[in-house]
Amino acid sequence: MTAMQIIFLLTAVVTLVSALRVVTTPNMIHAALWLVTTLVGVAVLYVLLSASFLAVAQVVIYVGAIAILMMFVIMLTRREMRDRGPQTGKQWPWAAVLAVLLFGGLVWMVQSVGLAAAPVGEVPQTAIADLGKALVSPNGFVIPFEVASVLLLAALIGAVYVAWTRRHS
Amino acid sequence: MGILSQPIGVIAEWLRNLLLGWGLSQGLTTVLLYLLGGAVVAILVQTWVIFLIWYERKLIGRIQDRLGPNRVGPYGLLQPFADFIKIMTKEVIVPSGADKPLYFWGPILMDAGVLMLWAVIPLMPMVGMDLNVAALYTIAVGGFATLGILLSGWSSNNKFALVSAIRTVAQMVSYEVPTVLALLIPVLLAGTMSLHGIVAAQHVWYIVFAPLAFLIYFVASVAENGRSPFDLMEAESEIVAGFHIEYSGMVFAIFYVADFLHAFTIGALAAVLFLGGWRGPGAESFPLLGFVYLWIKAFAVYFVGVWVRGTVPRVRVDQLMNFSWKFLTPLALILLVLTAVLDHFVFGLGAWTRALSHLLMNIVVAVAVLRYLEHHEKVRASRRPMVAQPGQYPVARPPRPTVAENPTEAAS
Amino acid sequence: MIPLNWYLILAAALFSIGLFGVLSRRNAVAILMSVELMLNAVNINLLAFWRYRAPAHPVGVVFAVIVFAVAAAEVAVGLALFIAVYRRFNSVAADEINLLKW
Repeated sequence: MTAMQIIFLLTAVVTLVSALRVVTTPNMIHAALWLVTTLVGVAVLYVLLSASFLAVAQVVIYVGAIAILMMFVIMLTRREMRDRGPQTGKQWPWAAVLAVLLFGGLVWMVQSVGLAAAPVGEVPQTAIADLGKALVSPNGFVIPFEVASVLLLAALIGAVYVAWTRRHS
Repeated sequence: MGILSQPIGVIAEWLRNLLLGWGLSQGLTTVLLYLLGGAVVAILVQTWVIFLIWYERKLIGRIQDRLGPNRVGPYGLLQPFADFIKIMTKEVIVPSGADKPLYFWGPILMDAGVLMLWAVIPLMPMVGMDLNVAALYTIAVGGFATLGILLSGWSSNNKFALVSAIRTVAQMVSYEVPTVLALLIPVLLAGTMSLHGIVAAQHVWYIVFAPLAFLIYFVASVAENGRSPFDLMEAESEIVAGFHIEYSGMVFAIFYVADFLHAFTIGALAAVLFLGGWRGPGAESFPLLGFVYLWIKAFAVYFVGVWVRGTVPRVRVDQLMNFSWKFLTPLALILLVLTAVLDHFVFGLGAWTRALSHLLMNIVVAVAVLRYLEHHEKVRASRRPMVAQPGQYPVARPPRPTVAENPTEAAS
Repeated sequence: MIPLNWYLILAAALFSIGLFGVLSRRNAVAILMSVELMLNAVNINLLAFWRYRAPAHPVGVVFAVIVFAVAAAEVAVGLALFIAVYRRFNSVAADEINLLKW
């Protein structure tokens, strides 16, 4: 067991346990905080995968914005300060069966393909610069980049409009 | 390597040999040394806050034409110790109905959000983590502080705390945008996001290149910290002290320390990004001198922060949001675009030529912005007749013409 | 050195947990959180394959960045919709928003 493997196993355990707590805890604020833990665990996994820029971007976007937005909405959409009533629907055993079946199927598929275990090469030193160039070069991915920015603009305007209070009607 | 030319290297080697001599493995020794380094930096920085508290109280006292603390010890130097003894012996009263785990995690996350910044600040020329995305990392750990504030406001089971926490989070999120945009300008000029790389590329300090970016970064960071003049959310006379109403004793001390430490960390980050970090005469050959330079520069920026705190009145919450979204963000965006375009043309020229051309562009933008603001103010003033009508207060908005009164000059 | 299939199994587990959350939770925001788990699992998968198969090409990272952007946009609009729904029904429980059922 090398050090990297130990770190990977610890991070994987933390991430999966937090994800389980996200989907099972009845208290919504706690669920949001377990989600934050899961997202930070995933960021650590990105660091292990040598995608340092994405790890930091994950923390900025998910933890710094999305998780906080979710907590705001949880605080604004409740009739009282506590959750009441069951938080899982009536057919949760079927959901559990389906999830376990899906997991089993995916694991069987991954194991049966027989993938090579080692990475084929190293990440170049200029990885971030390459990413930047790829996102804006016409031979690269400028069209998905621009479409994503239009999508974000539409989401921004749409979200503000949908959530606006209409007090004057 | 002598002790003066590579102090940390020598100490680290000695410690490593000591630990290896005790029979520990290589990997474990490395991990232990990393942990020790992190602990030393954290403790050093938290201890420095004690001095900062005294300094700030003295300076604000002098600005307000009074002496500041001068009873406890010579010149009041032991005052922070008295403060901490008081705070540590106060009872930590957890409000009933509070969410206990969240109640204690709030201040911890907020303090962590500041301490984690010190991991990437280049204290000496060849010391510390050289993270290649350090500039973005400083923004990422700001997100933990925001989360901490939200948790503490929610878990206090107190409507005032919750409203204040939500407003504070809105303020912090709004001011993150100009911070990131202003941060991008040194990253652009240096060509790397690593803070060590940015310091190494500053043969001419970046404040000469982009003084406007320095101002935007400084103002937005002060606002993100929640210091005066942007301390509407947590001042004691506003919304009953805000999100830390229900905190007393040691947990309040953590908030207090985090606040002051963040103010100094802003100084350190501004020094690294814009004032050349550890650069100075003789810093390359004597790294400790570089550390001293960095500390002096950070302290200078912190001094300006305290000066502003003692001088400028508090900003209202709508003025706060307008200032960020309608002024700082467009200005930072325009500056970023112009810097990128200009740098494309002047990149190959000498260091001072490049610096002076950027400086010229900054001055032009600043003058244009000031002219625009004057013009805008004149337009707004012309729409507001500040004249008292018979039987009315002079108000900013012209009164609505009703049938009973004479229609006033409803200008536009 | 970590074998590739460890990452893939982890991503599969996270995806299944997210799927369980989507199908079994009542609160709409909890469903959205579970969707975020699924998106993160997808990202881990993409980056694992990028790192282990083609680390010199930025394709994998670009794909992951676009997934980030789409997830952020989706969360923003979804949460705005929940606020609007809450105003109308005074609840965000998924089984109480049933006006369109026959």
